Amino acid sequence: MHLPDQIRFNWQIFIRHRVRTGLLLLAVGLGVVSVILLTSLGEGARRYVDREFSALGNQLLIVLPGRKETTGGSPPIYGTAPRDLTLEDAQALSRIPSIKAVAPIIAGTVSVSVGSLSREVIVLGSTPEIFQVRQLEVAQGKILPDRTRTDAMAVCVLGSKLKQELFGHGRAIGEWVRAGDRRMRVIGVLVERGESLGLDLRDMIIVPVRTAEQMFNTPGLFRVLIELAGNADFSRTEAKIMEIIRERHEGDEDVTIISQDSMLAAFDNILTTLTLAIAAIAAISLVVAGILIMNLSLISVSQRKREIGLLKALGASSSQVRQLFLGESLMLVSMGSLAGVIFSWAVVMVVARLWPVFPLAAPWWSIPAAVGTALISGLVFSLLPARRAAALDPVLALRGEA
Amino acid sequence: MIELCDVNKTYQVGESPLRALRDVSLSVQKGEYLSVMGPSGSGKSTLLNMLGLLDRPDSGSYLLNGEKTETLPEEQRAKLRGEHIGFIFQSFHLINRLTTLENIELPMMLAGVALKARRKVAMAVLSQVGLADWAQHRPNQLSGGQLQRVAIARAIVMKPRILLADEPTGNLDQASGQEVIEVLENLNREGITLMIVTHDHNLGRRAKRQIRMVDGMIETDSSTEHAPARSDTL
Repeated sequence: MHLPDQIRFNWQIFIRHRVRTGLLLLAVGLGVVSVILLTSLGEGARRYVDREFSALGNQLLIVLPGRKETTGGSPPIYGTAPRDLTLEDAQALSRIPSIKAVAPIIAGTVSVSVGSLSREVIVLGSTPEIFQVRQLEVAQGKILPDRTRTDAMAVCVLGSKLKQELFGHGRAIGEWVRAGDRRMRVIGVLVERGESLGLDLRDMIIVPVRTAEQMFNTPGLFRVLIELAGNADFSRTEAKIMEIIRERHEGDEDVTIISQDSMLAAFDNILTTLTLAIAAIAAISLVVAGILIMNLSLISVSQRKREIGLLKALGASSSQVRQLFLGESLMLVSMGSLAGVIFSWAVVMVVARLWPVFPLAAPWWSIPAAVGTALISGLVFSLLPARRAAALDPVLALRGEA
Repeated sequence: MIELCDVNKTYQVGESPLRALRDVSLSVQKGEYLSVMGPSGSGKSTLLNMLGLLDRPDSGSYLLNGEKTETLPEEQRAKLRGEHIGFIFQSFHLINRLTTLENIELPMMLAGVALKARRKVAMAVLSQVGLADWAQHRPNQLSGGQLQRVAIARAIVMKPRILLADEPTGNLDQASGQEVIEVLENLNREGITLMIVTHDHNLGRRAKRQIRMVDGMIETDSSTEHAPARSDTL
């Protein structure tokens, strides 16, 4: 029996049993859609993180106070150390030739108020370098002046949302705000930008690092952001940083250096694993579709007993009958998968168009994985019905018995 | 061309075994016209299925065209069945979703004949049974007599040497039954071996050779006075 004949034969069965065929197609299609769309979400998240990190420029190192212990546990995003990482440490690091800019950061929360309006926001105490390293720009006014590297000046730069809430559409530059127990003059407003690495840059105030030091009464830095020169060697620079810290900290290497690459790799790993896990969960729906196929095929075998008997009487061998039933399932699954793939592809396209912030995209492996799982599930679950059909005794089957 | 020798077949019906065929021996020459008659349960359908390779004997041998069939694997028996044997059933057994033409093509499709070739053969055979105008109709648009003629067309489309008909007129009225029998007898005149199983004495008597079965044994065989129809079991 030739393949085109088999396809035509099965097609006539599908036409004859439209409802049954439609339901099976729906089940398989939904399974494929769920696998592709869910993995697309995971992949979208991975790409989103990837893009966020890349937005920082890939030449970034982050120095945290405290040493990363190698005994396991969670990565020390917030290290604790007996010895602070100080502003002087940061200044010493800036003398390394392969380092382009060093932005020390003291962070905390503070209540910022103008008149009766008050907002609790994150305050970043830093130097003019923070604007370069985090690629921040001001929409109005100017960035922190050079003197703020060493002096505690009473000036600040506001995030766009904070400015909006405190001043509305009015003019903010040159006005005074109260941050904690200090008064400062607004010298700049940041360009509107979304979240970056979980920090809402719109709802934040940047002050000189010395000012922050006094506000929070601590010489300890929250972290130091370092931008490397274009041709810098990461590991050599890291070694150099450690050397300087050792000199300044009486022989202790009590800081942790995180490169953007390593963080990105870690996120990548987590999100890829997550996507695979989601895919596996979604694949269960394909197994369910397979079980549905099995049930309906078993019913179909008993309904078509006479036909099977007839085919055998007309010269069909058992293996031909088995092939017919397996082929029927494979055809169904293929059609359902195709419909599912087309539908998911359309959804991904539409969402990408409507919501460009989140880069929804089907990972390359999701389509073969979804279709492959569907085919295997369809095949495995139609083995039993097909074998039952093949094993029917033609004499009894012709009489509708057996 | 058919040599059946001491064939036995027992079915398990509930608790008790039912001996459907007891030491049946039968020899059929090419082009013969036989009828098999007998009461229900006498084994005539089993004999037909046995000859049509749908059933295997428990013991004894069956030579078809000199070839031992009882030990052949299922695959080859199916092939022999497709090539040499045409079945005609009381209830026609046409597939409702297929057109007349497609029904007739079915055996050729299973045998792997290409679409164009089989379309031609099927049309020719359909004309032979006088239904050329009904090629694109479906079974539910045809009368009983027409259905059985379509079934005959399907049975002869592979040019088999043997036609096995199980009560071919059982579901038909007198007139259409007559039509169908004439088609079958014409085929026999053209050389095909025809074997009809029936309850109908009028139909049975038309055959040149008449076999009567009782309790799984051949009681009388009009062609053989000398050779015993069964080995002596007494």
